[in-house]
Amino acid sequence: MSEERKEARPAGPTQPAGLGPGRGGRPFGGGHGGFGRPVEKVKDFRGTLKRLIRYLQPMFPRLLIVLLATIASTVLSIISPKIMGKAVTSLGQTFGMRLMGLPAHVDFDYIGKIALWLVALYATSALFNYIAQYVMAGVAQKTVFAMRRDMNDKLARLPLKYFDGRTHGEIMSRMTNDIDNISSSLQQSLGQLISSAVGVVGAIVMMLTISGWLTLICILTLPLSFFVTALIARFSQRNFAAQQKELGELNGLVEEMFTGHKIVKAFGHEQKAIYEFRQINQRLYEAGWRAQFVSGIIFPLMNFINNTGYVLICVVGGIMVTQRRIQLGDITAFFQYQRMFTMPIAQMANIVNVLQSTLASAERVFEVLNEPEEEPDRVDAKIIPSPRGEVRFQDVTFRYKEDMPLIEHLNLEVKPGQTIAIVGPTGAGKTTLVNLLMRFYEIRSGRITIDGVDIRDLTREGLRSLFGMVLQDAWLFSGTIRDNIAYGREGATHEEIVRAAKAAHADHFIRALPNGYDTVLNDEASNISQGEKQLLTIARAILADPAILILDEATSSVDTRTEVHIQKAMTELMKGRTSFVIAHRLSTIRNAEKILVMNNGRIIETGTHEELLARGGFYADLYNSQFAGAYLDEKAV
Amino acid sequence: MYGLLRFLKPYRFQIACVLLLIFGQTMADLYLPTLMSDIINTGVMKGDVGYIWRVGRLMMLVALGGTTASIVAALLSSRTAMGLGKDLRDAIFAHVEKFSLREFDKLGTPSLITRNTNDVTQIQMVAIIMMRMMVSAPIMCIGGLIMALSKDKGLTWILAVTLPILAAMVLLVATKGISLFRAIQKKIDKINLVVRENLEGIRVIRAFNRVNHEKQRFHEANLDLTETSIRAAQLMALLMPFMMLIMNLTTVAIIWFGGIRVDQGTLDIGNMMAFFQYAMQIMYALLMASMMFIMIPRAQASAARIHEVLATAPEIVDAPVTRNAGRERSHVEFKNVTFSYPGAEEPAIRNVSFDARPGEVTAIIGGTGSGKSTLLNLIPRFYDVDQGSVLVDGVDVREMAQEELRAKIGFVPQKAVLFSGTVAENIRYGKEDASEEEVRHAAEVAQAMDFISQLEGGFAAVVAQGGTNLSGGQKQRLSIARALVRKPEIYLFDDSFSALDFKTDARLRAALKREINGATVLIVAQRVSTVMDADRIVVLDEGRVAGIGTHRELMQTCEVYREIVSSQLSEEEIA
Repeated sequence: MSEERKEARPAGPTQPAGLGPGRGGRPFGGGHGGFGRPVEKVKDFRGTLKRLIRYLQPMFPRLLIVLLATIASTVLSIISPKIMGKAVTSLGQTFGMRLMGLPAHVDFDYIGKIALWLVALYATSALFNYIAQYVMAGVAQKTVFAMRRDMNDKLARLPLKYFDGRTHGEIMSRMTNDIDNISSSLQQSLGQLISSAVGVVGAIVMMLTISGWLTLICILTLPLSFFVTALIARFSQRNFAAQQKELGELNGLVEEMFTGHKIVKAFGHEQKAIYEFRQINQRLYEAGWRAQFVSGIIFPLMNFINNTGYVLICVVGGIMVTQRRIQLGDITAFFQYQRMFTMPIAQMANIVNVLQSTLASAERVFEVLNEPEEEPDRVDAKIIPSPRGEVRFQDVTFRYKEDMPLIEHLNLEVKPGQTIAIVGPTGAGKTTLVNLLMRFYEIRSGRITIDGVDIRDLTREGLRSLFGMVLQDAWLFSGTIRDNIAYGREGATHEEIVRAAKAAHADHFIRALPNGYDTVLNDEASNISQGEKQLLTIARAILADPAILILDEATSSVDTRTEVHIQKAMTELMKGRTSFVIAHRLSTIRNAEKILVMNNGRIIETGTHEELLARGGFYADLYNSQFAGAYLDEKAV
Repeated sequence: MYGLLRFLKPYRFQIACVLLLIFGQTMADLYLPTLMSDIINTGVMKGDVGYIWRVGRLMMLVALGGTTASIVAALLSSRTAMGLGKDLRDAIFAHVEKFSLREFDKLGTPSLITRNTNDVTQIQMVAIIMMRMMVSAPIMCIGGLIMALSKDKGLTWILAVTLPILAAMVLLVATKGISLFRAIQKKIDKINLVVRENLEGIRVIRAFNRVNHEKQRFHEANLDLTETSIRAAQLMALLMPFMMLIMNLTTVAIIWFGGIRVDQGTLDIGNMMAFFQYAMQIMYALLMASMMFIMIPRAQASAARIHEVLATAPEIVDAPVTRNAGRERSHVEFKNVTFSYPGAEEPAIRNVSFDARPGEVTAIIGGTGSGKSTLLNLIPRFYDVDQGSVLVDGVDVREMAQEELRAKIGFVPQKAVLFSGTVAENIRYGKEDASEEEVRHAAEVAQAMDFISQLEGGFAAVVAQGGTNLSGGQKQRLSIARALVRKPEIYLFDDSFSALDFKTDARLRAALKREINGATVLIVAQRVSTVMDADRIVVLDEGRVAGIGTHRELMQTCEVYREIVSSQLSEEEIA
């Protein structure tokens, strides 16, 4: 919403004052941080600023060029109105003498000289202005390029702990909105800031050389502008907040009704939904037009203040000319200086907002860059060239939170080729084991070894290449089906991909798609079903051909008959490989060499299916309720 | 874009007023320099201070009048633009409510949401800016030109040279700029996509050691975006200095040529100064007008997207003459039904025939993609069949009024959809005037009582948007209660029991059995235990009927069914 107001801001349509345009606003951009929008605060102003400046450091030579060129351009454009005023004065003199009936002619030599000077001044000013903006384009974009790169690299080094503790939206917002914000500030506001500052100071100096009284009149209109701006800002903030609230409600309703369209239809609630929508829409309208109106009158009011200044200059200046205290050309020059002076000042509130929000954005970016990273691989880290897949947990203790014991002194021995089933109710923390095995999280004490080597002595890459995994939430990226399967192994051939897809029983449905293996999965991968997504991730794991498998409820959203096929492929795949299977399904569990029963994040029982049943503990309960409970005394539907 | 113009019709009076007011305001602004020239010519040159004061007062009045006009214009234009937005939203929403699932599939739910919200906001903002600034630009341009001509015809020739140059430059940069900005937006989207995928797939990426691959992908997108952004910014860097230069050179030209005319005695000094200002006003107006080039394509995209929605006719509409259901009740029959989704190569359902009779439970079982849910969706006429017919109570569903048809049905979808509101409101969604007793009873049958009573506030407990504060099983049970409270003729359960554990599933079905007496029940399921007691089981395999019968019959005759069963039950259970 503020997007559009941003662009509408600079250089209004009606600028009666001013002979030359001076340095107007930019019609294609302008500052951001829309009017009346609450601005967020920066926690560490100086520190953030310093760090931002450090980012600009490699660009210092160029920034110097920008600075000098901007100053040069501004100074040149400040001098010109006064010179032009001389020409006007000269013409005025001629005209005045004629009025008194004296024969007089325009001094074309003088005017011509001035005109040439002016052309030269304006051309040079424009050239410098162009240089400044041209160079700044590179500076701004390359700076945010480096920022984006650093942030992405940083994300790759952050431990999973960081990602698990935050929403994706939060991280995304820093990566996109905040960096965009910095980019446009650097591009537009930095140059504007310099030229405005130079412009204001220059205009005051030039005005003072013309007339102290007229300067005073100009400055007197300032408090008025501040007062009006502040007043309207207060009103408009309140109204925008109201509008935002209604808009949020409306969006919520639309989202709910459209995502639940089937239900709305099935229960015949269309009319009721429309009625409810109309109510909120009407309230949005009421709040909306008020907000727009209040923010819409800021411009006429500022224009009025400007015009007041214009009229005062006309009147007071005119009287001063009759008293011969100033000359005619001084008035024309003054019109221009007045605009150079009031425009940046009127925009000051906006500029401060922009600076604030830029620094706040930078601070959020730097916060990410400051996060503690994953422990680096050891210098002498090894890899296991031909893994057997023997896994051992020795006295392992792990906690997500310091004060919440989770895994205490766990000992577990898995021989090569064995299958370990991890069982427990939803939310029992079964992914914790995966997190530890893959070293997504660091254990507190004890050790985890693979083929006798502590996993911390392996490179992360070496460790993770031992595993193949299929996670509960099938992750696919936008791209072709082929690319998604090939993700399991770089440089896989088409035949290998098809073989993997066949093994995962995905080949059939893939070929049924319009473009077969070249079908592009859309953003949400909504063009294939959940079960089919699962099959693709299974194919991916099959292609990776790892020593150890991790199957995380891999088949829970695949129907049971497809599962039979997958089971066969899996059994084949699991042959000779150590497998950790997190599953709800009985068939998967029963064939396991060892079952780990988890509850509330802890491993509470271990053993085979028979052993655990015989023990009559948690597992037995679970088994009875989940798998044997299909028969009740009462005859069901 | 123009397809939406009809929405402006109710506002033509307001728009005319806005135009008039802006015209007045522009004229006031244009009048000021003329008054200024009077001050110079009559007051300053002749030393008449009293005249200067008088004209000064007049100028203040003119300025005040202009301001008043533009404030009233702001009021009217805010109301018009927001009113337009409101009307558009109402129209879209009401239209979308008429859509069948096919239109939803075609346009996409997220896209429909965006079109109903963001796109309208976009149009609304453009409308307001149009009325606030762009309307005044042409008026200012023309008015300024008239005033300039009235001051001195000869000097106006200067504008005849500079204005086209300025316009050409703006046009050139704008056209190039717009395509660059579009490219930038696409590239930003691309970066966002890479980042989002990286966040969502972080475990997979790390597990498969593809961090560097992903870094490379990001780097490429980043570089691409940076290069295009630099190009766009450099192009834009040209625009401002160039335009300033043209404007400034115009003033120099006015001094020079104005000087000549002053020398000839055909121009007085005050008018020359006024001419300066008119020239500037015209040029600023032109710059403002150039903003249209940025705003309009953006609005056009939104308008086109909105228009697409409004122009999409719902495929499923009531027949001109609808038939009432016959005397038969609670009877669903499929006759040689074939159905394919739009654009699909193969039908999702082929030549399916079966009969679901009142008082009986008909279960549908089959693998993923075998067409179970599709089949169910044909009964409430969410989609229309390609061949054959679906009969409810002896009448083809296409001949019935949709409202009447759906009033007979209690539908429980695969994925429970709840609405924000209380638990009771969600259940009453099925029957608005349901008594407290009815609501409670439905909850009891749906096995939802135990958890509802544990919620703070019980039936008055608030369900968050999307039901995020409830578990999957709890949502599903409320969704079932919502269907039960209707006491419909036909129950449709689309794999609705899979989110429940076996015990609850069985208890629920037992309670249901006592509820349904004369109704028809259709259950889509994956678990054999859910279907094995059904009166009739329809086994689907890749859209075709692989077998129909009871559990016992199918165990004898249907290979597909046997496979499904053996994958789920142990030997002793099958027997």
